[in-house]
Amino acid sequence: MDNGQKWIAFSTIVRREINRFMRIWPQTLVPPVITIVLYFVIFGKLIGSRIGEMSNLPYIQFVAPGLIMMSVITNSYSNVVSSFYGSKFQRNIEELLVSPTPNWIILLGYMVGGMSRGLGVGAMVTLLSLYFADFSLHSVPVTIGIVLMTSLMFSLAGLINAIFANSFDDISIIPTFVLTPLIYLGGVFYSIDLLGDFWGSVSLINPILYMVNAFRYGMVGITDINIVWSFIMVGIFSIVMFSVALHLLEKGSRLRS
Amino acid sequence: MTQPALAITQLTKIYDDGFEALKCIDLEVAPGDFFALLGPNGAGKSTTIGIICSLVRKTAGSVTIFGHDIDKDFSAAKQFVGVVPQDFNFNQFEKPLDILINQAGYYGIHRVEAERRAEKYLKQLGLWDKRDIASRTLSGGMKRRLMIARALIHEPKLLVLDEPTAGVDIELRRSMWSFLKEINAQGTTIILTTHYLEEAESLCRNVAIIDQGQIVKNTSIRELLTQLNKETFVLDSRDEVLQCPVVDGYVLSQVDGHSIEVVVEKSQSINELFAALTAQGIYIVSMRNKANRLEELFLDLVEQNLQEKANG
Repeated sequence: MDNGQKWIAFSTIVRREINRFMRIWPQTLVPPVITIVLYFVIFGKLIGSRIGEMSNLPYIQFVAPGLIMMSVITNSYSNVVSSFYGSKFQRNIEELLVSPTPNWIILLGYMVGGMSRGLGVGAMVTLLSLYFADFSLHSVPVTIGIVLMTSLMFSLAGLINAIFANSFDDISIIPTFVLTPLIYLGGVFYSIDLLGDFWGSVSLINPILYMVNAFRYGMVGITDINIVWSFIMVGIFSIVMFSVALHLLEKGSRLRS
Repeated sequence: MTQPALAITQLTKIYDDGFEALKCIDLEVAPGDFFALLGPNGAGKSTTIGIICSLVRKTAGSVTIFGHDIDKDFSAAKQFVGVVPQDFNFNQFEKPLDILINQAGYYGIHRVEAERRAEKYLKQLGLWDKRDIASRTLSGGMKRRLMIARALIHEPKLLVLDEPTAGVDIELRRSMWSFLKEINAQGTTIILTTHYLEEAESLCRNVAIIDQGQIVKNTSIRELLTQLNKETFVLDSRDEVLQCPVVDGYVLSQVDGHSIEVVVEKSQSINELFAALTAQGIYIVSMRNKANRLEELFLDLVEQNLQEKANG
């Protein structure tokens, strides 16, 4: 395949992935938006007004970046895990496996598909959040950089989960028992200063903490941790995830007998 | 020198559970051939096809497609092959037109050209009217034709079909046969596995019979049929036959009141049999093979292979 053909293969996968989640928008786009609106109403407005300030910010401004990041993470992940596992389950992944499309193009295609949904839902949630809180972006490069890298990383994580999954149960175990607790404990709703030294230090092993804080810094200019360190962490995780996912595709793990 | 469409050398496949599905098989298919790969269930046919299209990882040996090794030159090798698998493996929620256009995209075919080809093959296979409905609503026969269209979208020089007419009614099967004959006449090499031996006899020029992971026969259909030593015919009589007739040298048995079964050796004449039956007042109005000729041979070869295995 020459580079032109590779580009066609890549754009075909991306287009197909976008068409998939657009076709089933009541399942893919509406629920996350409703969920996040409820978070804004309950935690931001109703409870948030009683909490007062967090890190010298009105509580709704403090939680908004975390809630946006939460929607980006869950949607990037769930798009790839459900699409790739669905293809495995129906065996139409074989359409790609018998073709000359290189594995790295397959990987990039699914990854960009997941990022499209994650970032798309993130954009919708951001627009909605403007109804509840006022923002002026503190740093555009940090905001865009970290949201892109986070979406990329969780799209790759979703693909790895899908490769290993043998049933639909397997694609809900990680989001339910790993991803959700990490998000909730990742500083979306509170500053780690509240946790004290021990639990604050324990929180530092949670990669989502770095993403949420970097994104919060980009939006409102406050963070619990060093921003450079956040980018390094997310960068390292993304490279590791990409390498693992590519290795699994090259090996044909759970895809070729 | 012309490269073979498919060259398999010392191909071995041992699955993770230790099952040896293929035992050092060698096979060559000439360009333009219509080739049958026959064998009982579990013989290794689908494993062989899986390796050719890279869905199954081989343990040892080599496979080249029009001279391109599937390991060293996988991109070129894959461009030459189209595969129609045994089971439906397309996205049941996508439309036939989208399935074909996407498949073309995976082969690097530009969208405009992909749309042209999709229209051509959907029309040829009678699916154009169904192009915009969810493919899960297609009938079984339509789904099979959709898989053939999908396999042809990148216009491969080698088309591999794994039991393409399984569960398809006779009328549709015949129309698929004429379509396959047509694309073979246009130069596409076709490899077919089937359980309908009539299909192989009608379509294919050459055949390999695989059993227990080994090729037990690899020859032309014509050559194979000359090895048939006896045939069993069913004769239908004009009048009711009250008692099974006896004819010297022939083994006859009565099927029902109007039908007799007879085994005719290669050295025997069927004219003599008719003369003897006429002399006994039995007038034959029609006759047919009890089983397909290739089927009789196939069963003999598989049985023979089993016995050889049992005898060590």
